[in-house]
Amino acid sequence: MNKLIKKISRLAEGKKHLRLMEVCGTHTVAIFRSGIRQILPENVELVSGPGCPVCVTCDDFIDKAIAYSKQKNFIVATFGDMLKVPGSRSNLAAAQAEGAKIKIVYSPLDCLKLAQENLDKKIIFFAVGFETTAPTAAATVLAAKARGIKNLFMLSAQKLVPPALKFLLNDSAVKVDGFLLPGHVAVVIGANAFNFLAEDFKIPSTVGGFEAEEILAALKNILEQIDSGKIEVANEYRSVVKAEGNLSAKKILAQVYEISDVEWRGMGKIPASGLKMRSEFADFDIEQVAPIEIEHFNKKTACRCGEVLRGIINPTECPLFGKICTPLHAVGACMVSVEGVCAAWFKYGGRKLIWNEE
Amino acid sequence: MCLAFPAKVLNIEGDLATVERSGVKRAASLMLLPEAKVGDYVLIHAGFAMQIIDENEVQIRDALVAEMNGAPRTIRNEELGIRNE
Repeated sequence: MNKLIKKISRLAEGKKHLRLMEVCGTHTVAIFRSGIRQILPENVELVSGPGCPVCVTCDDFIDKAIAYSKQKNFIVATFGDMLKVPGSRSNLAAAQAEGAKIKIVYSPLDCLKLAQENLDKKIIFFAVGFETTAPTAAATVLAAKARGIKNLFMLSAQKLVPPALKFLLNDSAVKVDGFLLPGHVAVVIGANAFNFLAEDFKIPSTVGGFEAEEILAALKNILEQIDSGKIEVANEYRSVVKAEGNLSAKKILAQVYEISDVEWRGMGKIPASGLKMRSEFADFDIEQVAPIEIEHFNKKTACRCGEVLRGIINPTECPLFGKICTPLHAVGACMVSVEGVCAAWFKYGGRKLIWNEE
Repeated sequence: MCLAFPAKVLNIEGDLATVERSGVKRAASLMLLPEAKVGDYVLIHAGFAMQIIDENEVQIRDALVAEMNGAPRTIRNEELGIRNE
């Protein structure tokens, strides 16, 4: 560990200010928990990108899930992180308190049992997640089809990471010198899926694991690339990340979903970044079986989630951070999820860093 | 939300496996990893096995954790990709 830190310091010496971005909520939390930000050389800054799938789910999807949950004979199942994420007017937790039927599941597979136990109800799995989680929902659809389950449906707000990275690199407000790539997304899509970073954008990147040593090893690798000028997509999480990824998972993803343009919170519509259910699986797509129209509502707020998610500002630069926006009374999505950037800053060091700046 | 943990496959019935981690057993689907065999270490996420883990890496990880808990040093830097200079 000490050797890694020394090596990183040596590589960073004499370099300009470097901004390295991580795009995975688990990385965000692991970096804060281990204190890596504090031990890095002063000119190496770690910034968080849109790596938390809960945080990037936009209001309209939450509003839609709430609307379904309030309909008679509907049950909405989703991961626990989603409950307090704000929609335009309310959140799922508030709807649940008002009597809407919302269940928390650990795995999408739990929905199969829920469907079999509630044959008179429509079960909707509100599916959020990137490439790591999307195959689990897709496999659940295949399992439901194989078992003849007819009352389980998906509301898919699932998204793809590489198009979001491309979008960020084309945004002149975003300054990034290297990417710490999400290890578990790469487990599914493979390290090769990020080759465009080196080939088209000449930007260094390394797939990283989640232990402190693994993150440091990945950061060291990015700095080595910057130092030598030899830009590539390196893999420091070889125990589970293969160049080609998980072929079975990729096949199931392609079988169930097609790629669509989709809205990200704070970033707008990103081309070819969403996963929509194919027409062959229309019977399992609640948006096709029982479409619901939601009036889009532009809420007025001083929350700067959008800029935080793009790594343009740090949470402490938002006027609400730590004042009216705290984990107990969150205004923005980044403060709600435990893996949100603002929540991590608040819990692990946002305050200390403000103090340091003064 | 993308929590994943390594676990050992104890038993397989159809596409459902029983996996174990630190004495805790639970079911995991092999739909996304049909090639997994009994005895393999696999990465579990949201009830699914996602990838087979290189067993050598698991042993290095376990030894590192043991070292942190006070066991004598057994892992050499080269194994972690750190070059001695």
